[in-house]
Amino acid sequence: MTYVKPAFRHPEAAKNKLGYTRKEYEGALSTLCAGCGHDSISAAIVQGIFELSIPPHRVAKLSGIGCSSKTPTYFLGNSHGFNSVHGRMPSVATGAYLANKDLIYLGVSGDGDSASIGMGQFVHAIRRNLNMVYIVMNNGCYGLTKGQDSATADPGSINKSGHTNLFETIDMAGMALELGASFVARSFSGDKEQLIPLIKAAVSFPGFAFIDVISPCVTFNNNKGSTKSYDYVRDHLETVAELDFVPLAEEITSDIASGESGRITMHDGTYLQINKLALDWDPTDRISSLTKIHRSRMNQEVVTGLLYYEAERKNLHDILNTVDTPLNALEYYELCPGNSVLQTINAELR
Amino acid sequence: MITVSPVVYQALTCRQEMPAGVNRKIVVGTPAAIFFHHSKSLKNRNFRPKIFKINCLEPTNIKDPEYFHKVVDCQYACPAHTPVPEYIRLIAAERYSDAYMVNWESNVFPGILGRTCDRPCEPACRRGRVEKEPVAICRLKRVAADFKGEVVSRMPSAPETGNGKRIALVGAGPASLTVARDLAPLGYEIDLYDEQPLGGGMMRSQIPAFRLPEEVLNEEVGYVLGIGGISTHFKTYVHSLKDLLESGYDAVFVGTGAPRGKDLSGLPGRKEIQANIHIGIEWLANVAFNHVDKIGKKVLVLGGGNTAMDCCRTSRRLGGTDVKVVVRSPFDEMKASPWEIEDAQHEDIPFFNLHNPKAFVHENGKLRGMLFEKVAAQYDDQGKRSLVPTGEPDIFFEADDVIIAIGQENAFPWIEKDLGLEFDKWGMPLVDKITFGSTLPRVFFGGDAAFGPKNVITAVAQGHQAAVSIDLFCNGEDLYNRPDPLTNLVTQKMGIHEWSYDSTVVTDLRYKVPHASKSETLTNRKKEVELGFDDLLAFKEAQRCLNCDVQTVFTAERCIECDACADICPTSCITFTHNGEEEDLRGRLNAPAQLLSQDLYVSSPLATKRVMVKDENVCLHCGLCAERCPTAAWDMQRFLYNTAKAGTPCHV
Repeated sequence: MTYVKPAFRHPEAAKNKLGYTRKEYEGALSTLCAGCGHDSISAAIVQGIFELSIPPHRVAKLSGIGCSSKTPTYFLGNSHGFNSVHGRMPSVATGAYLANKDLIYLGVSGDGDSASIGMGQFVHAIRRNLNMVYIVMNNGCYGLTKGQDSATADPGSINKSGHTNLFETIDMAGMALELGASFVARSFSGDKEQLIPLIKAAVSFPGFAFIDVISPCVTFNNNKGSTKSYDYVRDHLETVAELDFVPLAEEITSDIASGESGRITMHDGTYLQINKLALDWDPTDRISSLTKIHRSRMNQEVVTGLLYYEAERKNLHDILNTVDTPLNALEYYELCPGNSVLQTINAELR
Repeated sequence: MITVSPVVYQALTCRQEMPAGVNRKIVVGTPAAIFFHHSKSLKNRNFRPKIFKINCLEPTNIKDPEYFHKVVDCQYACPAHTPVPEYIRLIAAERYSDAYMVNWESNVFPGILGRTCDRPCEPACRRGRVEKEPVAICRLKRVAADFKGEVVSRMPSAPETGNGKRIALVGAGPASLTVARDLAPLGYEIDLYDEQPLGGGMMRSQIPAFRLPEEVLNEEVGYVLGIGGISTHFKTYVHSLKDLLESGYDAVFVGTGAPRGKDLSGLPGRKEIQANIHIGIEWLANVAFNHVDKIGKKVLVLGGGNTAMDCCRTSRRLGGTDVKVVVRSPFDEMKASPWEIEDAQHEDIPFFNLHNPKAFVHENGKLRGMLFEKVAAQYDDQGKRSLVPTGEPDIFFEADDVIIAIGQENAFPWIEKDLGLEFDKWGMPLVDKITFGSTLPRVFFGGDAAFGPKNVITAVAQGHQAAVSIDLFCNGEDLYNRPDPLTNLVTQKMGIHEWSYDSTVVTDLRYKVPHASKSETLTNRKKEVELGFDDLLAFKEAQRCLNCDVQTVFTAERCIECDACADICPTSCITFTHNGEEEDLRGRLNAPAQLLSQDLYVSSPLATKRVMVKDENVCLHCGLCAERCPTAAWDMQRFLYNTAKAGTPCHV
């Protein structure tokens, strides 16, 4: 058994704008089951942050409990991390984000952590529009406790022991849309060419960016009859759009007939290049996106891609109208300006 | 002109900006248009490219023994194809005798080669491509020889009744001894001829004892002669091939080496002075056989090859206090092995490069020194070098003795020209590169005698092949129907994540072999300079081996395309992608695959119609792909490859 990844890397490994190779963004060797979809998502996060040339110390990883919530150990080993209580990652993220709005917050959760025990936390993080990336590694089962159906298991899905799920499912992406999230995407751990651009776009997005990633549990939920297995997802995948994250100042030289492509300009001038495939859907129209999600579910399709995008919504710090300086960087005298200022404030309230 | 649908075209051209070093060049409009879009072959695609033509790579045929052989870079580079990682693992396990026998079977002289080999394996070593220096393969071989126990009982012996065939071997160097080793156990009656008093050939006459102790040489020559069925005829110079052929041998093997050292006959002063000017290999032989035991204080050694290094270092031991090596070529282009040069420098021997010998200077019939013209190296468009005089004043070096070590040549004065054995215009026999047969059916060549001066390990490899040919020839079989190599591919899986080889990749840098002190070695020409690794150092150095013979074997039918292997691979060797032409594929793998000598391992198509492509180049053979594979589509399997020796049944 190998416990430490060999130190050598490809001698001609690509370097990003900071001169770092991917090695500087890797974490410890995974202890998840071999073939776990979560490891693929970890690799996609590593690749995405590497390609964005973000200094690792600018990122804070946050998680709760579960297989998914173990993964921050396996990526971005040089970043900040907080492995919190089951389902409580959004609270910790809220606190951290309030204290230091300058970091990039990357929350990682699972279907148990977010759709069951942490549901109450999850919905309020969306309502408040924290500026964070919220990734749910969604395998439809409780892998850490031997594969019981989770709240995201589809009705009729058969688990490894042959039991059919009798309950309705919670569609995390649909719920995020309903609650007013401004960046909602779904992807598949086995489709990095879609997942990596989505992660890059989410990290660059100035508000709550939610990605529901179907991530097969090879040990407990990769059997025939499961709707979260590699085979089932591949067979039922419907991609709303081919997309690519295009950083600022990137030239697009091809001339594409209108109706076949779209472009969403982001807050900072970067944009998402979208090649429209689903004609019944408009990623900037919440109702159209919700319809798309519902219709796909009716057709037993797993719709993936960037489902909804709205750049204009204010994030938590904008809503609260906080100062530009991160609160944790304020000096004592700024936070506690003294008795005379207190008296003034009190006088205003009388 | 190829038309591609707009959607595909966009997928082709709208790639995001990639960090430097990632090549995602996509060729559109060439006859082999590449269908490449960045989401997989998904069901609900509502487009089709208009033209869909790909010259894809065929799945790699891993049943061809040469495919995995090539992955074991050291073994592949070794002329005798010694299974290097196999014996390095045995050394790490302190199974020195086993390690010795793996070597002995393949290269006949592990103790000798462990000290003197030219080491073609080391520049090839994969480790040299992921860090600074390769594994010290050569010196580990010596460890096996140094620490082995009793091995004679494991060696073959001649059968009591022979097969009735008689073979003559001319020259008792490494090539001939290899032929004897391979043929004697098969019952051949062998006559071994050499003009020297003992066997070993150039290993005895040209390699000084401070690099190769006589006991080691005697021991390993003795193993061969001890097989039985070999009659030695030392101090016997063969004057006539015709006589030899007429004495009824079924085959004759010529392993006479390249016995004639080049001279500078045309140089002014050379004719006048005979004493104190020596030919390198002759002088070394005279030292080896105790005919010479001293030299002047001031010695000039001409030449930049390994013989020159041996001459200058021997001179330091025989009384030379001011020994200079003078070479025409630039320092970087000297032919000597870097470690030989280093050892010479360590013994305070200066090098004078770009000095062209002009004249021997003498006075009253006595050598005084030599005159050199300073030259500069110039290169034409083809990179061909010419040495041009710089016009600076000539340089004079005083010398009591001059040793000329500027190369050696073949000489076959004993082979009659009317036998039907053809020579080329340079006086070299016409020898078949596969069979090592000459134009005279019964006569075979090997070692330096076949294709000019090379090295011991090449002579051994050629000896093996000549022995195979002689055996086929004596059995009336086709010489070109060569026996297949013996191969074996065995899983190393011991448990769910356990391997029966040490898969950990250590970061230790190459360990240096300890040397005896200069005061000791320079006063005794037989004192071996290198002390060899002790068991602990040997273990540490052995752990640096990447076990390249433990192959990553991929079974496409089992793969569920979870990406675990591609994600975990430390050196980004593995990519799942659409198939394409080799050049195109090499450009769009997870890490650049620009070392064309290293193969791509391509699977048959997977469920998503993609293929697994592995660039063998810097694979660490760490087994992580197989450890992280949920379906055992990857397995680590130890590949053993042994070149067929004489007596192996041929493939029919």
